[in-house]
Formats: sequence, C-alpha cells, structure tokens
Amino acid sequence: MKMGSVDSIESFGLVDGPGIRTVVFLSGCKLRCKYCHNPEMWKKGVANYTAFDLAKRIIRNKPYFRRNQGGVTFSGGEPLLQSEFLIEVCKILKKEGIHIALDTAGVGNGNYRELLSYVDLVLLDIKHITKDGYQEITGLEMDEFLNFMKALNESGKKVWIRQVIIPGMMDNDSYLMGLHDMLKDIKNIEHIEFLPYHTMGKEKYKKLGIVYPYEDLKEMDQKKCQELYQKFMEAYYEK
Amino acid sequence: MREEWKDFKKGIWCSEIDVRNFILENYKGYDGDEEFLEKTTKKTEIVWSKCSDLLKEELKKHVLDIDTDHMSGINAYDAGYIDKDNEVIVGLQTDAPLKRIVNPYGGIRMVYQELDAYGYKLNPTVDKYFNEFRKTHNQGVFDAYTEDIKIARHVGLLTGLPDAYGRGRIIGDYRRIALYGIDYLMEQKKKDWDYLVGPMTEELIHLREDVSMQYRALDEIKKMALKYGYDISKPAKDAKEAVQWLYFGYLAAIKENNGAAMSLGRVDAFLDIYFERDLNDGTLDERGVQELIDQFVIKLRIARHLRTPDYDELFSGDPTWVTCSIGGITEKEESMVTKTSFRILHTLTNLDPAPEPNMTVLWSEKLPETFKKYCAKMSIDTDAIQYENDDVMRPIYGDDYAIACCVSAMRVGRDMQFFGARCNLAKALLYSINGGVDEVKNELVIPGFDKMEDEILDYQKVKDVYWSMLERIAIIYSNAMNIIHYMHDKYAYEAGQMALHDTEVNRLMAYGVAGLSVVADSLSAIKYAKVKPIRNKEGIAIDFEIDGEFPKYGNDDDRVDLIAKEVLDKFYKELASHECYRKAHPTLSVLTITSNVVYGSKTGATPDGRKAGVAFAPGANPMHGRDMSGAVASLNSVAKLNYAECCRDGISNTFSIVPSSLGHSKEEQIENLVTLLDGYFVQGAHHLNVNVLNREMLIDAMNHPEKYPLLTIRVSGYAVRFNRLTRKQQEEVISRTFHEKL
Repeated sequence: MKMGSVDSIESFGLVDGPGIRTVVFLSGCKLRCKYCHNPEMWKKGVANYTAFDLAKRIIRNKPYFRRNQGGVTFSGGEPLLQSEFLIEVCKILKKEGIHIALDTAGVGNGNYRELLSYVDLVLLDIKHITKDGYQEITGLEMDEFLNFMKALNESGKKVWIRQVIIPGMMDNDSYLMGLHDMLKDIKNIEHIEFLPYHTMGKEKYKKLGIVYPYEDLKEMDQKKCQELYQKFMEAYYEK
Repeated sequence: MREEWKDFKKGIWCSEIDVRNFILENYKGYDGDEEFLEKTTKKTEIVWSKCSDLLKEELKKHVLDIDTDHMSGINAYDAGYIDKDNEVIVGLQTDAPLKRIVNPYGGIRMVYQELDAYGYKLNPTVDKYFNEFRKTHNQGVFDAYTEDIKIARHVGLLTGLPDAYGRGRIIGDYRRIALYGIDYLMEQKKKDWDYLVGPMTEELIHLREDVSMQYRALDEIKKMALKYGYDISKPAKDAKEAVQWLYFGYLAAIKENNGAAMSLGRVDAFLDIYFERDLNDGTLDERGVQELIDQFVIKLRIARHLRTPDYDELFSGDPTWVTCSIGGITEKEESMVTKTSFRILHTLTNLDPAPEPNMTVLWSEKLPETFKKYCAKMSIDTDAIQYENDDVMRPIYGDDYAIACCVSAMRVGRDMQFFGARCNLAKALLYSINGGVDEVKNELVIPGFDKMEDEILDYQKVKDVYWSMLERIAIIYSNAMNIIHYMHDKYAYEAGQMALHDTEVNRLMAYGVAGLSVVADSLSAIKYAKVKPIRNKEGIAIDFEIDGEFPKYGNDDDRVDLIAKEVLDKFYKELASHECYRKAHPTLSVLTITSNVVYGSKTGATPDGRKAGVAFAPGANPMHGRDMSGAVASLNSVAKLNYAECCRDGISNTFSIVPSSLGHSKEEQIENLVTLLDGYFVQGAHHLNVNVLNREMLIDAMNHPEKYPLLTIRVSGYAVRFNRLTRKQQEEVISRTFHEKL
C-alpha cells in the first residue's frame, strides 16, 4: 500500500471549503512563495501514513460532515505532489460518500486527470496573473500551473478561486482587470475569495532560521481588501 | 375531573401522581422560530432593576446580609419581597432579598466559619441549642468515620465529600404541587404510610419515619405559602398559579436545605400546557407569559446559600446550580420543545446573560432545526448554555428526567441521588509509584505497597499496581459514602424535597473522579516514552523526566484515549462491587466543576510532565494545550468515554472556541456550532459546555473587571460570572485550549 507524508491534520477546518472540514496538510511543495505561511511544509517529510490509516482518520469525522457538505480538504504543502497516494485515499473515501476538496496551487508532477476524477471541489490558488509576477512570487515558471488549469477545465469540477492580495502588487485596477481575464478561462467557478496578505507566518520563519522575504511589507488592510473584492465581483458578474 | 383541570386531556395522571403522563397527554410541540418572543414588561423592569442594584452591593460585600436569628426551615421565615406591587411571582428564602439562611443541620462548625468570615455572630439561643441538644450531620459522620477515610480525606485523595455541608443534587418534583395541590399529595403520602406495615425491619422503620416527615413537610409548605397570601392546598387553576405553586415547592427546598446543587428540574413542557390554556382562553397574552417566566427566573437568580471561604475556593462564583433542563424528545421520538423552552432561554436576553438558572439543553439530533439554531445563537451571544445528550440519557432515564447540578440525570420524582464528590485519580497514580505515601504531605495513606525503585518506570508494572491501588481506594470511598448518607438521612433529611418524590424512590450512589486526563497522559508517557522519576531522600518521586514522544489524550488517538476509558471502566467496576447504603445503584461522574484548580494545587508532579501544583484540566477535558489536532479531534477523544455502561452520572467537557474560528458571519457561526454539536453527540458523547470567546478578552477582563460586569462563561458544569472567579481560576480558564484557526 502507498505511503504518504502528512505534516498535520486539523480536524476542525471552517475556511477551506464548505461546512466543517478535516484538513490534511501534506508536506512537500516546489513553490517558494515569498509570503508562504507554511514554510515548514516545503520539504517532503517522512512517509508516515498509509492510505488506509489516513482514510480511517478522515472517516472517523464523518458525523461532522453531514450538514452543509462538510468533508475533507487536502492541503499542504502541495497535495498534487502526492497524487498517487491521494488517489488510493480518495478511492476509500468515495465509498463512504465523503466530500473531497483539493486546496492547490496547481503545481504537481503532471498527470492530474485521475485524482481530479475523485475530487468534488478544487480550491485553486492564483499566485499571479502574469508570467513575470508569478516567477517573482513563487520562484518558478508558470507553465505547470497552466497545465493544471487545462486538466481542471477538462475535469468539469467545481472551482473556488483564492487570490492573496498583497498591497502594492494586487490592489490596483490593472491587476484586477487581468485577473478578470484569467478567470474567464476557468470553467465552473462557484466562488471567489480575496485573502488579505497577513504576516502571521513570520514567526515560523524565525523558528526555521529562514529569512522572511517580505520583512518590510505591511499587512493588507482588511477593509480595503473587502472593498476591492466587492468592486471586483460587481464587474465579474456584469461580464 | 377537577375544575382546575378543565380543558386538559384526561389520562392516568388524573387518578394517580404521574406528571409525565400529564405532559405527554397535553403538551404541544413547537417547531417555529423565536420571532414570537416578547420583551420585558414595566413591572419586570422595576423588579429587576432593584435586584440589579442589590446584586451590585452584594458583589462588593460578598454577602449582603445573613439572618442569624432563625435556623433553616420550610416555614421558618416571614414573607419577604423585592417590590411587592410589581412582583408577579412572590417568595424569598428569608424576609429580604439576598439575605442568607443559617443552616446548622449539616454541621455547626461550618456555620461558625461562615459567620466569622463575614463578621456575623449566631443568636446565642441557636448556638446553645445546637451545641448542647442537637447533634449535626457532621458530628454523626465523624462518630463513624474510620481512620483510613479520615486520612484519605485529609490528604485530598477523596475531596469535597458532603460530610459537613448539604449533599444537594436532589430534585423535588415541584410540578406536583401545581398539578395536584398540597392536600392531594398529603393524602397520597398518608396512604403510602398506611401500607408500610409488616415486620418492623430497620428498612421499614426508616421508611415509615421518612414518610411521616414528608407528610409534615408538605403541611409546612402549605403554611409557608399562606404567609404570602396563597392557598396551595388545591391545584393551580391558571398559568400564574402554576408558576407560583411550582416556585413555592422549589422555594421550600432552598429554605430547608443548603445543598451544593439545588436544581429545578424540567418545567418547560409542563408550564407550557398552562400557558397555552390561558392563551387560548384569552386570559393571558404573550407579554403576560414572558412576564411570568422573567419574574420566575429573577427569583431563581437570587437564590443564595451561605458558604465558607474554603468552599468558595473550590466552587467559585457563588453557584447554586438551579439547573433547568430544557427540550429533549419523548420516548416516541417526538420533540418536547415548546414555546416555553424558548421563553426560558430568552430571559438571557430580556434580563441579561447570567449564570443562574443553569440553562441545560437536552440535545437530540431530532430537535427542531429552529430550536437548535436558536440555542446556538444564544450560546454565541451569552456563553451561558450547556448541552447534554438526550439520545444517550433517554434510553436509561426515559423522557421525564432532569439534570441535577451539572451532569447528573435522574427521573424527576422517581430517582434521588446520594452525591459523592470525587476521588483524585492522579494522586492515586502517584501513590502506586510511591508505595501509598502522599507526595505532598509525606504521610502513609494506603499501606501495603512498596515504593517503586525502577530507574525507568515500567508500564505493565505501574498499571498492575495502579489497579490494586484503585481497588483499595474503592473500598475506602464506598465506606465513606455509606457513612455520609446514613448520617445525612438521619440528621439533615430533605423532607420537603423527598415529599415530592415517590415513596418507593430509586436511589443512585454518585461517585466521581478528577484528574482523568493527567492519568491518561501519564500512563501514555510511561508506555510510549521513557519516564524517569526524580526521587527525594525518602524515595518519593517528586518530579519526572520524560524522554521521547507520547500520544496525548485529546487528539483522537486510540493509543491514549482507550487508556482513559480503561481507567474509568476499572474504577467503576471496583466501586460497583461494593454494597451501597439503602440499596442505591452506583454511578460515576467525570466532573470537577472549578475544583480542578484546588485538586491540582494539592497534587505533586505527575509522569505526564505536569509540574507539582499545576491545575488539572476540568472534568473529562484534555489537558490545557495538549489537544493540538483541532476541536473535532478533541471532542472525539472525550466522546470515547462510555456513558451508558460506566459514567451514568455524567462526563463533563468544556469547550472554548474563538468566534472568528467558528465562521465569518453570525449565520455561519450558528450553522457550524449546530453541526459541531450534532457531530459530537451523535457518537454518544454526553455533555458539552460551550464558550465562544477570545482569550484576549478574558485577559482584559481579568485585569479590568469593571469593564466586564456581566461577562459570563461556562466552566466545568455551570456558568459563572468571570469576575467572581479567584485569580488562580481565571488564570486556569485562560490557559485552557481555545480552538482557533489562523
């Protein structure tokens, strides 16, 4: 049986998909986003769960999933890096009728079709709309993300978009117009979220002895972020 | 049919005392929302504003006044009022609001301590009477206590035993007075007494004496009500009388007794029948109904008992546990939620959030959605509600049980309980390592055990010795309980409350434990890590070094959660193997109330890494900050403890969550809290206190109490005003796990 590397499990997740969710943080990520708040999950840790054991832990929380489409969210790190393992887990979960969400930046090892076939909802993290911006934030080129977008569109799965708003970078009209154009190319968008950039990850960098790249950057004002969001959504629905 | 019963549907209840049958035949469930609820009336506002002023004054002085001239008794005091013209429901414990009663029957020494603490002196006649002529419960107990009980009590292995104060936890079926009137209840007791004949065994003599005392107590209740101008010999003829009659029953109980918990029972569907009748007749409107409920609740809020400072340290905030059980479903699985269930909870809005009455929702998956959401909303707004799982209690106690104190279920009027406080399980574990010697007082408590000399503790060995230790402690505990309740019956019998029970009452012997999570984590550490005791020169382990990781209770990890379960199963099995006084059935609770702080302070360092003196987690809670896998995992661990076969006296869990972690909008928060409660209880969990608040706010409230005069939080099995906790208890509450998500 396949083994996976799980960093941790949050049994009471309320922000990563509908209802009450068990959020499984899988370790390992190719991206090095400058504002990443889970840098401890960059490296793939030891394989510590069999697919069966992980599924069992998730199924255990089934009583909390019954209302409002609660279920499991695979997050990380980047869950797509362990897609073979997740396919095995999902096979077991589907037999139990559990709602599965995938919280991803879309950068795995290719071959996304089978995993997506088990998933009910994709929470897609948009890093940046331009190739340069994407590389500046993540340190990688945008190609793999675009590959995933293609597979996602083919899968026909529901999508929630998540965009971190960094002050000075995304809080302007030209970025938002570009985002608008990019989202036109993604099918089945059900929901869009703007997440104001926060500095709560800083402490972790200190502990891990990594330099925090955005040391001087201020947090995004929550109210302003909310205003941007409303403006964006009005335009989005007018299209 | 009696005239007072007009329009009621007939049933067995007409020919014998059967309140449950009356309710089932007549109540009307309500599955709508809270839109119908009304605000306070002018009268209620006047009465409550007077009370609020008195409560402020009381908070400053701690005790507003004490009646030192009379002794507790159902009819011992003149009538008293808050504001006679505006009181719709009348009756106070003494002749003035918040003036406390002296109750010497439990123990006269306790009374001296209480009066001393507040600068009062007992009337010399009373003093003489109780010193020269009348023996107390406390004296009786110590006449019979054995040496091993005394030492177990002295070192804090057995704590909080009701051997010097009222045992409480008895719920009279106060509804009987409203439905039947006192005269009928007296007739029935007389009939029972006439049947109690045959060879005069001790058992039969005892019961005959009890019933005679009950009969006289009923007469006293009638006389007491007459002082307020009400003749309660006949059934209540309308809703106002029903509330008033019922309250007189409860009032009699708190005039006669100062039990730790004096709970109200289950009155929502019962009273709702009367309200519906008057609403249909047009003799009452919704404002009038809410006025009755508001004013009834005001009375419940100002019930007081005189306590010693020591007692306050154990159970802070002057709790009286006027536990009010609300909702639930019938044995046929129909909702028992009525408009009155809403009305009672609505007092938290109309008056203000307050700890009493102790609002206890009997939760079932089958409760109406609207009610579930209303409860969740009120929890988020007030932190004043606790939830108990009707779906695990109903199969055992039926559909007319109520909660006494925090988590103790009993059939109203059919069961009573012998309250037994609790045994410190963590201390017992240390005794297993230290040869039965107390680690703090350095005295031999349980002889016959060797001190362990192992450099690294061996799991199997520790467990085997711990099991033997629990067997020995169970004997001592059982003996103590039998003595206490024999003497309590003899010297401080609750005749007024027992008169509102069936004569052939079923008795429960309620044992309890504290320190469960400390024990579970300690045994887990010994099993999965390396635990090295640090010993003093007497060979007593005074600290422990832990090398390695170990699973901790509260993370839904069977490796340790099942240890917790196994310890409870073992201890209960041992306790249940001993015969109980008056053929009582043994039960067990996992509950500490606020005493987890004091138990912790009296217990040395434990093998889980907890340092000497550090507070235990309350009740069945995981230790502070060790439940690291989120709220659901924490709840799942507690849900594994077995209610039906082991802990039938309740498993208390207190849960704190940061509002923003529960959802963005109020609607989301309500929805998620309902989901959480459903998910927790559907697995057979028993109890949950819900607090929705921020740690920062509590810290601010600790430093600036004047800014938060009304801040109410749920601690172990009751709600309390935060500013009435001791500093140490406030710190403990703040150190608890707050479930939050970044």
